[in-house]
Amino acid sequence: MLHTSNIQFKYDNGPSFHFPDIHCGKGEHLLILGESGRGKTTLLHLLAGLLRPSSGEVKILGQTTSGMDDASLDRFRGKNIGIVFQTAYFVESLKVLDNLALPAYLTGEKVNREKAIQALSRLNLESKINVMPANLSTGEQQRVSIARAIMNAPLVILADEPTSALDDKNADQVISMLEEQAALNGSALIIVTHDKRLKDRFSKQVSI
Amino acid sequence: MNLLKISWSNIRFRPLNTLLSVVLLAFGVGIISLMLLINDQISEKFDRNIKDIDFVLAAKGSPLQSILANVYHVDAPTGNIKVSDAKRLIKNPMVEKAIPLAYGDNYEKFRIVGTNSDYPDHYGCEVESGKMFEKPFEATIGYEVARDAGLKVGSTFTSVHGFDNAAEGDPDAHHHDKPFTVVGIFKQSGCAIDHLILTPVESTWLVHEHGEHHEEDMEQPATDLPEHHEAETTQLADHAEDEHQHMDAEAHDPDEGREMTAYLLIKRNKGAFGMLSKQAENTTMQLANVAVENSRLMNNFGIGMSTITAIAIVITILSFISIFISLYNSMKDRKYELALLRTMGGTRMKLFALILSEGLLLVFMGYVIGLLLSRTGLLILSNTMKENFHYGFDKLGITFYELILLAITLVIGIVASLLPALRALKMDISKTLSNG
Repeated sequence: MLHTSNIQFKYDNGPSFHFPDIHCGKGEHLLILGESGRGKTTLLHLLAGLLRPSSGEVKILGQTTSGMDDASLDRFRGKNIGIVFQTAYFVESLKVLDNLALPAYLTGEKVNREKAIQALSRLNLESKINVMPANLSTGEQQRVSIARAIMNAPLVILADEPTSALDDKNADQVISMLEEQAALNGSALIIVTHDKRLKDRFSKQVSI
Repeated sequence: MNLLKISWSNIRFRPLNTLLSVVLLAFGVGIISLMLLINDQISEKFDRNIKDIDFVLAAKGSPLQSILANVYHVDAPTGNIKVSDAKRLIKNPMVEKAIPLAYGDNYEKFRIVGTNSDYPDHYGCEVESGKMFEKPFEATIGYEVARDAGLKVGSTFTSVHGFDNAAEGDPDAHHHDKPFTVVGIFKQSGCAIDHLILTPVESTWLVHEHGEHHEEDMEQPATDLPEHHEAETTQLADHAEDEHQHMDAEAHDPDEGREMTAYLLIKRNKGAFGMLSKQAENTTMQLANVAVENSRLMNNFGIGMSTITAIAIVITILSFISIFISLYNSMKDRKYELALLRTMGGTRMKLFALILSEGLLLVFMGYVIGLLLSRTGLLILSNTMKENFHYGFDKLGITFYELILLAITLVIGIVASLLPALRALKMDISKTLSNG
């Protein structure tokens, strides 16, 4: 499903990273643990194709994403990779439901409102359909961003510190939801974090 | 979900920025379009009224005033001229046609003009219902007169002395008793005849037969009210008799003592009219050159219009700056969401198009509101002008110039959003999202 070989990355005038090879098969859940400054976000951006490795390659679904041109990569990412960021970002001017319509619109798919409403109710957010994102609590925002990440039924879900801003209860809930949603499509789930609370929940782990 | 919906939400999400940009542009566009409309319609109306008239022969005074009064029918005439004097000039072979005009009265602020059928013929005005006036006190009236004063063929009305300053119910108004009968109504022509009441010259002479106070009356219609009132009560029969005796007594020259306000002259060819002007110099008359006076008028007009247009252009430039700043700031505030759109499959071009469409949407709103403003302005102005001069602007459709104006505003929208859009194009999404 997703594997990297020998990827390195160097920031202009900044630190350089050499990451261990990562393999994550269909339906597998992988936790990547690392302290601050170890390049966790950098690795996630490399996996998501938001950054290109200085050397080595990233293969997803048999395709070398690190070799695609920008526009193809944007489209590939939109269709096949769902990303949950540490901070939940939204198009602030659009309601929750319209934010959920964005992944389909941006990848040229037909917008399926029913599917968006279903995803929101699975995450106990059916009452928030017409709320503006800024009026949600942090936990709710993170849940909406999970719903959004799975809208295009991606085969890979990447989550960057999804729990670091949340209390135990919310963190637990968010992780359970990520696992459940990944299971729905048999997606590979990769979580990058320094949050020790997650350590015992995942059997497959990589440290960087 | 589509690009316009996202742009529209973004615009609505920042109502104050949007309001400032749109209002500024709407005023810029509105004023420019108003100036274009006025200029267009005034020159069109003026041209239609000039229609090949070369000179106005009228009493000495301001040549511009004699044109405003006799060609456009918006100002008071310069005075009266003697028919016998005028005829000496008019018989000159260089004069192809001389159309007589005699003023003095109005009905509900519509001027009554004594003339002959040459006048409507010259403008190609056709009678729509009824017939052309023939006998004294028969009147063929303009389209607007019929519409606004509620006159029909067969209606009668009495005139009031003066031009625009006396109306029904005004206690100072000097009413004449001899009623006019409407015998015909002209088709709408777009020229001054639309708001004139035409009658044979003789009617105006008969109405004002009494006393030699003609010219003073014109200036101060109500000063000698008692004397006139008495005079005007003369019976109709006496009137005709007077007239008859008058004619008999001066049979050798029927024009003796007759007065006219002006003659509209059309020259035969490119003849030297200078000679005729010289000839007029030694009389109480003058020849006003219509083309010269009209261009002077349009020039004066033009200076005012250019000043207003310049202000409007400055406002439009301010709106451009406002749109630019508004989009640029909103881009800065929204850099995370733009990066987010990229992570969800939005290409650079889609982001570029999104920001461009926001700019275009802003200017389009400004343009549409601007056109609505200019129409509102035009209608207000038109009503004021109709009250004072019977001149209105009635064309509210989009003109060719306004399509050019649309193109210009769209270019403003594109240019103002280009830099913010280029920033979105070049954005480093990874860096933007890591800094969050």
